[in-house]
Amino acid sequence: MTWFSSPSQAAAQLTEAGYLADAATATTAFLAGALEKPLLLEGPAGVGKTELAKAVARATGAELVRLQCYEGLDEARALYEWNYKKQLLRIQAQTGSADGADWDQTHDDIFTEEFLLTRPLLTAIRRDEPTVLLIDEVDKTDIEVEGLLLEVLSDFQVTIPELGTVAATRRPYVVLTSNASRELSEAVKRRCLYLHLDYPDAEREREILQAQVPDLDDRIAEQLVATVGKLRDLELKKAPSIAESVDWARTLIALEIRDLDDKAITDTLGAVLKHASDQQRAVKELRLNRG
Amino acid sequence: MPAPETSGLLDRHLSFIEALRGAGLSVSLAEDLDSVAALGAVGWSDRGHVRDVLAATLLKRQAQRTTFDALFDVYFPALVGDGVAGRTTDEAASADESGVRDNAAALQAFRDELAQALEGGDDQQLRRLAAQMVGTFGAMPGRGPGMSSWSAYTALQRVAPQELIDRIVAGLLGESGDGDGEVRLADARRLANRRVGAFTTMVEDDARRRIAEEKGPDHVADVAIRPSIDKLAFTAARRSDLEEMRRQIFPLARRLATRLTKEHHAHRRGSLDFRRTVRASIATGGVPLTTHHRPKRPHRTDLVVLCDVSGSVANFAQFTLLFVFALREVFQSMRAFTFIDHVHEVTEHLEPGADPVEVLEKLAAATSYAALWGRTNYGRAFTKFEQEHADALGPKTTLLILGDARSNYSDLEDATLRRLAGSVKRSYWLNPEPVSSWGAGDSAAKTYREIVSMIECRNLTQLEEFIHELAH
Repeated sequence: MTWFSSPSQAAAQLTEAGYLADAATATTAFLAGALEKPLLLEGPAGVGKTELAKAVARATGAELVRLQCYEGLDEARALYEWNYKKQLLRIQAQTGSADGADWDQTHDDIFTEEFLLTRPLLTAIRRDEPTVLLIDEVDKTDIEVEGLLLEVLSDFQVTIPELGTVAATRRPYVVLTSNASRELSEAVKRRCLYLHLDYPDAEREREILQAQVPDLDDRIAEQLVATVGKLRDLELKKAPSIAESVDWARTLIALEIRDLDDKAITDTLGAVLKHASDQQRAVKELRLNRG
Repeated sequence: MPAPETSGLLDRHLSFIEALRGAGLSVSLAEDLDSVAALGAVGWSDRGHVRDVLAATLLKRQAQRTTFDALFDVYFPALVGDGVAGRTTDEAASADESGVRDNAAALQAFRDELAQALEGGDDQQLRRLAAQMVGTFGAMPGRGPGMSSWSAYTALQRVAPQELIDRIVAGLLGESGDGDGEVRLADARRLANRRVGAFTTMVEDDARRRIAEEKGPDHVADVAIRPSIDKLAFTAARRSDLEEMRRQIFPLARRLATRLTKEHHAHRRGSLDFRRTVRASIATGGVPLTTHHRPKRPHRTDLVVLCDVSGSVANFAQFTLLFVFALREVFQSMRAFTFIDHVHEVTEHLEPGADPVEVLEKLAAATSYAALWGRTNYGRAFTKFEQEHADALGPKTTLLILGDARSNYSDLEDATLRRLAGSVKRSYWLNPEPVSSWGAGDSAAKTYREIVSMIECRNLTQLEEFIHELAH
């Protein structure tokens, strides 16, 4: 199966799935499908990295398999695990029955499909239907897990010592996301296509807002985008992301604010800026009148 | 399809890859092959697509993006020569023949046009003007064919877009007339500054492109490409670079903090906790499948930073202070002193949660307290520090000295420094100068490095590495 037939086709399909991609994003999304290579997305939090993977799944009608990475994630929770408890139970049941408790027999019995718990990576590889595999926040894992990913990412296969090598019947579309909180190893990066997602320009951000929050009227959307743009120009600890602009738009609608004047901005600033010092700076720089 | 050996495309592609490698991007053969395969899938028809494709396959770090874009423009230029810009107006063509396109009247006319374009903010038009500007005002005629060159510097000096800012601001304000005057003025000024900055970059790009055309891209790739921001030397940074670096500090610090906690966790496993292990094994029929360990006690560092804030190293000192400040939760306690020839404590400015911009302003304002006569004098500073703040140092303290060790040939007081270094657990000296110039001129690096271990710290990458070591 081909995922997208051309970059422009990719852009159109993603738009239909509710994700407004710029040219670079569409081209890279197309390439990831055409070359069957994993796609590594980097960028600040809240610019739509995870959302892109979901959009690809929606646009191509594939199923999304998600592996959320965290510190301490290991093989047992990423790849596969033997169901120890069930295996113990089986051994005990066999010794209980006492007839022909042959070790070889038992050994063969307990290392079969029945006792295998598949985790996201193995699940994605064994699926016959089109699959988008999302490996989220890969920078949160330990270095060892990256080694584990290498086999999956380059050959799309998993080796289970007791069962042999499981190769993908159909290659999944792999998306890795990272906040760049740590540098990934060269080996992983080499196997991936790389795309840096950043804050969008004003026009695209307005389109995103209008797509995500249809109730928002044009004038307030324009004011909101302009204000967020100004905030990003300030030197802040955490610049507002797209997700936060969307939250802000929803907040304004919930509060039924029709005009984004100084007072409205000051009252709802908490929706976009999450540090006290950032809020103070914004109030000072944008000359908002507090209170 | 033309045969590869005649099109020259493959050669161009290969030398582009060579140039990327020369600029410090590690492009492997596998990535090179990927990029060619990817171009096969997308095609060469659209320059934007080609750039996106090459970026996706060859680039693996956002910090290298500026380098990549600059090199891409050099090897795959968007236009050749004066492009359409020079040929659209026949006036320019006739001027070309007489050889006097560049005169005061032309300059004035060009500046007017530029000011209008900057007001309008049309990217296409600005790019055309940048090309025209370099062609007209930045030409450096050579003695023979192939010897002429272009200078973005000359062009920028003559046209001086910075001086147009007031005009642009006035123009922007004239357009619409509602809202608070002061706020709109600040907005307009910010916008004007950004556009002029972007235009300056366009001019530099265009000059690079023209030189590349004249002398071959490899020449430009060798000399004109600036290192990426994390490799740029503190002492070579321009004002815009400094702003960019300042923006990098907090993300960098956050990244380092995560890395440190992670590493602390990895080393956290202490001795076996027998009771919890046995308790957990009950669930698996007495087989201890998972072991439990006692947590290790974290150790933390008391940090005393002593930094030279004289003109030559002020930027470096500020960065390092900000960086250490951003990481303060990693350290047990932290005190900071600045000096030129007198010592002044600035710890109070480094409040937790304080705004980095304000911190920098306060630090800059506090500089005057650190000087009596204004000439750097390390010896005097150490003596003063020992007299007034010796209580800051203890057996658990790490002493960090920041400066270039250029002491204007004054008394070095190395005995005092030896006493200071002897009273603490560890001491380091970060020097923003390259090792090769240590000890040259009035640099006392040779003397001081025998007492305190001196480390070269010229850019953000080296700084990050050092702080990482320090916090361990």
